Amino acid sequence: MMERETLHSFLRDMLLARAFEERAAEEYSKGNIAGFLHLYPGEEAVAVGVIRAVEPSDYIVSTYREHVHALVRGVPAGQVMAELFGRTDGICGGMGGSMHLFDRQRRFMGGYAIVGETYPVALGVAYAIAMRELPEAVVCFFGDGAVNQGTFHESLNMAALWRLPVLFVCENNQYQIGTDVHRHSAVTEMHKRAHAYNIPAEKVDGMDVFKVHDAAHHALDRIRSGSGPQFIEYTTYRFRGHSMADPGAYRPPVEVRAYQANDPVSAAVKDLEFRYPNAEELAQAGPDNIHRLAERGRSAGHLNEEDVQAIEEEVGKIVEDAVQFALRSPQPTIEDAWAHLYHNRRHEVLI
Amino acid sequence: MAEELLYWQALNRALDAEMAADESVFTLGEDVGLYGGSYRVTEGLYARYGEWRVRDTPISENSFTGLGVGAAMVGMRPVVEIMTVNFALLALDAIVNMAAKIPFMSGGQFAMPLVVRMPGGVAKQLAAQHSQRLEHTLMNVPGLRIAVPATPQDAYWQLRQAIASEDPVIVLEHELLYFSKGPVDFAAAAPPLHRAAVRRQGKDVTLIAYSRMAELALEAAQELAKDNIKAEVIDLRSLSPIDWDTCAASLARTHRLLIVEEDCRFAGAGAEIAAHLGERCFFDLDGPVRRVAGLDMPTPFNGELEAASIPRVADIVTAVRELCLAGAKK
Repeated sequence: MMERETLHSFLRDMLLARAFEERAAEEYSKGNIAGFLHLYPGEEAVAVGVIRAVEPSDYIVSTYREHVHALVRGVPAGQVMAELFGRTDGICGGMGGSMHLFDRQRRFMGGYAIVGETYPVALGVAYAIAMRELPEAVVCFFGDGAVNQGTFHESLNMAALWRLPVLFVCENNQYQIGTDVHRHSAVTEMHKRAHAYNIPAEKVDGMDVFKVHDAAHHALDRIRSGSGPQFIEYTTYRFRGHSMADPGAYRPPVEVRAYQANDPVSAAVKDLEFRYPNAEELAQAGPDNIHRLAERGRSAGHLNEEDVQAIEEEVGKIVEDAVQFALRSPQPTIEDAWAHLYHNRRHEVLI
Repeated sequence: MAEELLYWQALNRALDAEMAADESVFTLGEDVGLYGGSYRVTEGLYARYGEWRVRDTPISENSFTGLGVGAAMVGMRPVVEIMTVNFALLALDAIVNMAAKIPFMSGGQFAMPLVVRMPGGVAKQLAAQHSQRLEHTLMNVPGLRIAVPATPQDAYWQLRQAIASEDPVIVLEHELLYFSKGPVDFAAAAPPLHRAAVRRQGKDVTLIAYSRMAELALEAAQELAKDNIKAEVIDLRSLSPIDWDTCAASLARTHRLLIVEEDCRFAGAGAEIAAHLGERCFFDLDGPVRRVAGLDMPTPFNGELEAASIPRVADIVTAVRELCLAGAKK
């Protein structure tokens, strides 16, 4: 039941995300980006589906794999790329880097590089919202590896206890760096852990942007109607290693190939091709889904291959401009660093 | 105008005043609400301001301190109470990795008007896990500010100033000071949060101390006066930043320095004070900087050993006599 515009914008976001990250990898290889660089290809449907479901007045708290979260939230690609380059025009003036993107204006509350930090930050923002009785919500991202930190249990408990408006979003890409989920967790279905704190939770296919979006949208509705925190586990997969320093050799090639066949970007592109479901697909989908499939095909019929190419060209230009913007941006000075440190102090006399 | 108050009462009045003046101020921690706080600092506030502004938390130090961080990022002014400084070790991620770094890493986009209060120090036979001084750990973290009030008046002023600050401020309260009494003038203008105070003037030797040790240094100075040794006593009031100018000006007059700290000697707060003033005031000094400090051991449970593990007035007096004697020989 997606509108043509919605399909179009999801696809654009996902193609931009893919192009941005692949270019970041290229710039890393050239030496323009240093340090840790954690890329998102394979997981785009989660960021796009979730963040397109939130309001501008909501807050996002993210992890160290957050470039795409920031881009979808609307942080200009140039400012994200310049931050990856460590330059003055980066969204944090080159003080944060790849893992620490913050955009106060867009309520993007940061990328956090210590696993398990996003929960308490989200808790605090949500506490403030609840105290002020505002109709806002906080989206708290984390990976499957983060559910074994103490803060997960501490924060879910408090969020449930005080009915705080938090949407917990588990991006289950099935690997905690190089340790697969069956080797790091006794309970591998992360949503079940939320039940221990009486938080409604579900598991959703994170490779399908429409399913992702629907689930997030409904969860946010429940939060706004006063149902307290909600939890969604999205099963997804990263095509690359944990970071640029990781070739990902611990993963069986057959597994990587299987997930690539289920690439969310290709899947979204496929949805745009004009095609009615065949008899077999209709049978598989079951009677409840016939209407949905048919409707999607019909509305998608407005787009064709040329439109997809046009989007690819558009995002390609955005990414190229972002790189040029970053390259032109000056290096920050140590005086800039001191200024950032003392910025909020303003005129307070300390001694 | 001044009122005689206990240290905990002064903190309570400061918190009350800030909460009354600004709805974004709230406090949270273990037993701060219904129970009224382990050291009574939040007594009466739960009834006055309700559960959202005086929040009893589960025993989850890292996450409720982190809650304070998140709330501070959206304009609240949280005052987190960590029941004792020892439990702050469980909250160091929130304090060190989050509160201290978010304003900087965000390029100054986010302020961090967060206060974390922690009772600490050696009290009365609470054993090694409840008798620590962790100021050295926090001092080494750029982005944090640390207040160490020694008097009820400073407790009142410094907590109010900490709440008003846009930076994260750690307030280290000494467990043996909560029931010490002193005048609190609510109308008097406060000195800046981090300025040191010269508690007693003297020309022969400078004693630099903070928190409970400032009291002991004053007692030692009285004792030394009987021998006609005139000791100047500086109460630092703050460990980050440190008011070096006040210290240096004193050394220019006395030429001798003894640092008194309850913290362990090795890599403790006194080590930084000695190194900095040694560098800056080398030519003013008649001899090496000396320290009287806690022993480098976990605090023993046994009462006499516990007392022997941290500076006593007699230790300070002895050290000053040695220092002045060494100077006299020259």
